[in-house]
Amino acid sequence: MTAVSVRGLRRQYGERVVIENLDLRIGKGEFVALLGESGCGKTTLLRALAGLDAIDGGHIDAPGKPAVVFQEHRLLPWAPLWQNVALGLETPEGRAAAIAALSEVGLAGREEDWPRNLSGGQAQRVALARALVREPKLLLLDEPFAALDALTRIKMHVLIRELVARHRPGVLLVTHDVDEAVAIADRILVMRAGRIAASYDTAGQTGLRDTLLKELGVETDTRAA
Amino acid sequence: MTIQLSDRTALAAAPRPRRKARLTSWQLNIISWLAPVGFLLIWEAAARAGMIAPQILPAPSAVAATGWKLIANGSLFQHLGASLARAAAGFVIGGSIGFGLGVLVGFSRLAEALLDRSIQMIRAIPFLAMLPLVIVWFGVDESGKIFMVSLAVMFPIYINTVLGIRQVDPKLLELARVTGLSWQATIRRIILPGAMPSVLTGVRYALAVAWLALVIAETIATTRGIGFLAMDAREFLQTNVIVLTILIYAAIGVGADSLARALERRLLRWHPNYAKEA
Repeated sequence: MTAVSVRGLRRQYGERVVIENLDLRIGKGEFVALLGESGCGKTTLLRALAGLDAIDGGHIDAPGKPAVVFQEHRLLPWAPLWQNVALGLETPEGRAAAIAALSEVGLAGREEDWPRNLSGGQAQRVALARALVREPKLLLLDEPFAALDALTRIKMHVLIRELVARHRPGVLLVTHDVDEAVAIADRILVMRAGRIAASYDTAGQTGLRDTLLKELGVETDTRAA
Repeated sequence: MTIQLSDRTALAAAPRPRRKARLTSWQLNIISWLAPVGFLLIWEAAARAGMIAPQILPAPSAVAATGWKLIANGSLFQHLGASLARAAAGFVIGGSIGFGLGVLVGFSRLAEALLDRSIQMIRAIPFLAMLPLVIVWFGVDESGKIFMVSLAVMFPIYINTVLGIRQVDPKLLELARVTGLSWQATIRRIILPGAMPSVLTGVRYALAVAWLALVIAETIATTRGIGFLAMDAREFLQTNVIVLTILIYAAIGVGADSLARALERRLLRWHPNYAKEA
């Protein structure tokens, strides 16, 4: 089953072509990381998949509405946590689902709390719960852990792997952190100049980190390390 | 190194130093009353010593006695009720119009193009300058006074509502799109709560100018209200009553302000600036 299938995608701002003839397929339960230098079009691709930006050519086939977790948590400061998670589904069932989702991300019993009482990592977990409560077929993650400290980030990596294994959405993680991509993705795509330049399966790969860094124009000397 | 270590252990074992004594909020509350109470006492003493002529400024005790007399014969509450009713009616009418127009202009660039310039032009008129015209339009009965209050209240609420709506975080509006919120839900869940702090600032402002408008409106041809009480007392040089009415206006102003604060605490309890608990 396919979570999203993109064919010949084209996106341009005025004269400048940001994405050109891009193909992409993400399967159910597949965790794909998208690496690329700033300005290579990776966020543009994510926004197109999220339906936030119009596309100028090609097709995007995604069953159902994708869920998005942004770099900032984007919680409503005036709504208690359960309402944030259940945003748009404020029924008794929605509340129950939100409470369940909160406990899944390790925030059981905090449903009536306010966002201001959360740490950065906790707020991002609520944002994850808000995405997952919608049971999306496609989960889009736009550098969701970039603003977190190193330890919190590792905990989030474990959590997101668990959640994806359980709910099995297709995942596209946009990141510029090679180690993060290697740690959590099944497949890593490198984007360059609006196209997918390379694709690597992470399973059983050694030296992938260096290969990826080289793809991104970072030279590493493995003998010195 | 060893010395440092043992020092640290000793520190950890020792009872933690007491925090510097801080004044509790209750104590600070009492302190905040010292200046006004002291002022009253000095005023009273000066009046009793004959330093201030009672026609110029009567002693607080004399004003209190006058107040008590007016309460006893029931006329104070009758006048107060009339004033409060005018203020409330004007506030509700002006506030609703201001909020309604603010929402309209806040959401729609077309509405802004159609309405905002005219509203700003009317706003540029000092509302007190409208008084003679208001008397011509409405005569000297209630509607003119309510109109004055409405006019004064409308603008601060209008401006702050527009501002509040425009300042809602575009990232949250984007969130509304990716979560598939309907436009009604977007307004109810995101835009109005986001605009609320600004709207309430407008309400506080409006309460203050509502009073100002009322004081002015009530000084013209009235037979009821705190303003009438003051004008009537002026005719008969009853300084006691005049001072009393000034104090009543002040008290109502303070009351209105604490009402606005209570509203903020209630509606903005999510906001770190208004949150009571840590």
